[in-house]
This record gives sequence, C-alpha cells and structure tokens, in this order.
Amino acid sequence: MVKEENMKQEIIRQLNVPEDKIRIVRERRISLEADYAVFGKILDFAVKQLRFDYLCAITGLDDGDRLSFIYELAQGDGIMLSLKTSVPKSHPVLKTVTPYFLCADVYERELVDLFGAQVEGLPEGNRYPLTDDWPKDQFPLRKDWTPDLLK
Amino acid sequence: MHDSHEFKIPFGPQHPALKEPEGFSIALKGEKIMGVEVRLGYNHRGIEKACESKTYIQAMYLVERVCGICSHSHSTCFIQAVEEIAGLVVPKRALYLRTLVGELERIHSHLLWLGVAGHEIGFDTLLMYSWRDREVVMDILAKITGNRVNYGMNTIGGVRRDIFPLDAQAVLKDVDILEERTKYYIELALKETTIIKRLSGVGVVSHEDAIKLGAVGPTARASGIARDTRKDDPYAAYGELKFDVITSDKNDVYGRTIVRVLELMESYKIIRQVIQNLPEGPITVKAPRKIPAGEAISRYEAPRGEDVHYVKSNGTEKPERVKMRAPTLANVQAVKHMLKDRYLADMPIVIAAIDPCFSCTDRLIWVEDVNSKKYDVMNWGTLHAYSVDWHRQHGINFSKLNQELAKKMERA
Repeated sequence: MVKEENMKQEIIRQLNVPEDKIRIVRERRISLEADYAVFGKILDFAVKQLRFDYLCAITGLDDGDRLSFIYELAQGDGIMLSLKTSVPKSHPVLKTVTPYFLCADVYERELVDLFGAQVEGLPEGNRYPLTDDWPKDQFPLRKDWTPDLLK
Repeated sequence: MHDSHEFKIPFGPQHPALKEPEGFSIALKGEKIMGVEVRLGYNHRGIEKACESKTYIQAMYLVERVCGICSHSHSTCFIQAVEEIAGLVVPKRALYLRTLVGELERIHSHLLWLGVAGHEIGFDTLLMYSWRDREVVMDILAKITGNRVNYGMNTIGGVRRDIFPLDAQAVLKDVDILEERTKYYIELALKETTIIKRLSGVGVVSHEDAIKLGAVGPTARASGIARDTRKDDPYAAYGELKFDVITSDKNDVYGRTIVRVLELMESYKIIRQVIQNLPEGPITVKAPRKIPAGEAISRYEAPRGEDVHYVKSNGTEKPERVKMRAPTLANVQAVKHMLKDRYLADMPIVIAAIDPCFSCTDRLIWVEDVNSKKYDVMNWGTLHAYSVDWHRQHGINFSKLNQELAKKMERA
C-alpha cells in the first residue's frame, strides 16, 4: 500500500492534518476527517494536487446535533478518498462543490431535500428527489422523521 | 414549429420503451435543442430510509429490487460493504459465482440495450433478434439462480446457491452460441453504413468534458476514459481474471454502441475463465446477525457504469445508514451536455445511449414556446415517430436493413 501511504504523508505534510484524522482503511481506501472551516482547502488540494478528478457520491448522515457529509473522491488508479466533515444541524450551510465537479449538482440537491442542508451557490434547477408538494419542514433521512408525519 | 420561436417540449411522463418516468424539459428553437432541464425522482421509493428499519438480510433483498436489470449489481455492491465492515472472508467459490451472475447480468443488459437502441433509430428487426438472443441468457440465469431477474444469489458471507457441473457445462455451450450471434452484431456495428451514419456525431461528449461531467461506464469509456471498476478497484473474482477494458475514441453514440458490443465479448471471456477455474470449497461463511460498528464504501461495475454503496453499521442487526449512488445519476449531467445544440430528432437515441435506468436513479419532456409562453404536450411515442421520420427525410432508412437482418437471422 505504498501509494496510499505516500498520499497520507503528503496530506499530513501539506495540509497540517493531525495524524489521527487520516486513516488508511484498507488498500485503495483513505479516510480523512476535517472541520468544515478547512474542508474547502482540503478539497482543493485533493483535486488539484492529488488529482482526484472524480466525485463518486456525497453521503449525508444525521449525527444528532450535527449533519455529517462524506465526499467520496476517486482517481483513475482506483484509490478512493473519503472526505468527512460536518456542520451544525441548527445552521446546516454548505458551499457547493460544483465548481470542481459538475455532477455534484444533483448530489447536493439530494442533501437539501433529504437532510435539510442549505447549499450555497447551487445554480437554479429542479429539486431532487422529492415531490414539489413535499412539506417544507420535513427531511426524510433525518432520524426523527417517520412516514406517519406525512399524514 | 417556427424557426423564430423557442419551444419547450414535454414528453411522458411515461416512456414506452423503458417503462420508467423521468422529466426532461427541452427549450427548442426550430428543430434544435437550446437547453435541457432535468426533473428526476419519479421512481424515488425511499429505499435508503427503509433499509434503516430492516435487518441486513432484509435490506439486501430490498436493495436487490432497486432495479430489475442491475439487481445483482446492487445486491453485491451492498453485501460487499457489509462483509467488509464485519471482516468476513468470503470463500473464493462464492466470489466466482457472484462474478458469473454479474457477467450474465451484463450480457442481458447490453443485449437489451442493443434492442432498445435499434428500436429508437427505427431498426426494429435488431430489437427483435437481439432480444431473442437475450432469451438464451435469461434461460441460463433462470437455470442457475431460479429467476430471470432479482436472482437472490447473495447472502452475507457468500452466495446461497451452488452450480451443478452439468449446468456449468451448459452455460459454456450457451456462451458459444451467444458469441457467434454477437459477432454478427459487431460486424453490423462496424460495417453497416446506415448505422454508422445514424449514430456518428450524435450525443457527442469530448474526453475532457466526460471527465468534468463525471460520466461513468460505457458512456465514459466511449469518450476514451479507460475506467472500469472491475480493473481499477477489483472486487469479487475480477482480480484473478484476464479481460480488457473496452474504450472508443469516437466520443459519441456510435462509440457507446461499439463499447457495449465489444464488452459482450469480454464477458464471454470472463465467464469461460470463471467456469473453467471455479475453485472448490464452501459457498458461504457464517455471518453475525449483529454487524459490529463501522463503515465501508463498496464499488461495482454495473452494466451502466460504476455503482457505489456506502454502509454504516452501529453494532445492531440493522444498518445505521445505507447510501446508494447508481450509475445513471452520474451520467445525467452528461446527457444535458450531449443534447445542447442538437436536433430534437436525436433525443431518443442520445438518452437511450447512456442506457438510463431510472429505477436505479430514480420520463417526461416539457415543451414551451419561449416567446408566447404557450406549451405543447408530446409523448415519447410521438417523439420517437418524429425522430425516425426526420431521419428518413435526411437519408437514413432502415427498411432494407430490417429485411436483410430478418433473412439472415431466419437462416441462423
């Protein structure tokens, strides 16, 4: 796992990421946790310096008083970098990553609809995946949402 | 339609050929598409949420039913993540059997696509014969798994069914038949000028744009992106098998056709290796009911492209979170790009060429006159007829080829 180890060391060196926040999970899987304040800088480095040119998915998670997000990046040689960050549920503001990845558009809309994230900078467009008449304050993938709330 | 007005055309929401709804809003000027907006979510069923209240095995059966055509892809992608979290070492025989079903699924999907593509351009005989050949694969799948779709092959820690030696030999014979038939489709694709003319220069995405747009699968490989999860991030038995990643530098629908028919040949290669080298041993290891806390991300090369599943466990028998990103969602941005500044008549084949699976991702097209704000309703059947007719007027006629293929196939 030489490539993975080299990548981990470069991230630690260039971005001052604490060693306990970056983990080689297994071959071709690196996981990194960061405060949202530095997320933008790390993403920029991952895309421009480490050449992660592909965003596979953005996974939202309900972590109690915070909403977490995992940005799954990939490279041509198969290595995946999971960038994890979180924001307070009371103020769940994210910046769009569409300047880096055009495909993030629909992934971010999914976070808006299902978790109630507020993504700044998203271009105008249709919501995804909920219906137009979905109740405004209901976010189905939050843990406190149940289908009977729709009645 | 007048040249000076811009129309937005709605279709559907039902698409007769694919039987799945999704919405495209096309801004049309004369015969050309100015812009495309997409409305998805018609097939959204809340499966990720539902998984959180099911056991892992129940969730697996649900995940398998995300889609009929790529059911094994979703099931395997999900179960791989669970097995990784649980630290299970899946027996080799099981990995080979998973691979066998996965490649059979790819074959039936690509043959289905070939037929749909034929239909969309007016070459209906191709639809009839490729779907006839597809029945060979469906019969194999029914024989070895019990079902034509939704195979129920997987369990946590391996597979649920073994293969009888006689059935394995029968699969090899059927693969020989399929390979012969596929050679004809390849010849058709490479030599038949009507097809080349009709599909070339349509739905163009350059190599650079395909990367920027995050395209996956045959759509990406047709723009020269040599990415295939089976090679880049090997899973199941692929790390031990020899096969080529098929790419094309055509960047268009024609390239996507070439990639898919040549991928069929690679699938036959893989299946032969799987059966000839099938390891002895058990087909499953015991799995705990409660999966220890952890998380994993799994990738799988579904027929349409990379499928990604994330699973988080919390030490109970039910998952904390299941996230699925199916390949068609990744290709949607590319479709918007492909349709811009193109003829409306190309729309059916361009959309069909990404092999869209909206069950996985979750069809309607809206037409609006930009000047008068009046809107028109056109269903897919009408668009299809318009498209075939438009191309006939521009010199593309499949009547002769329909007759020739029918004659050839009746002799075969």
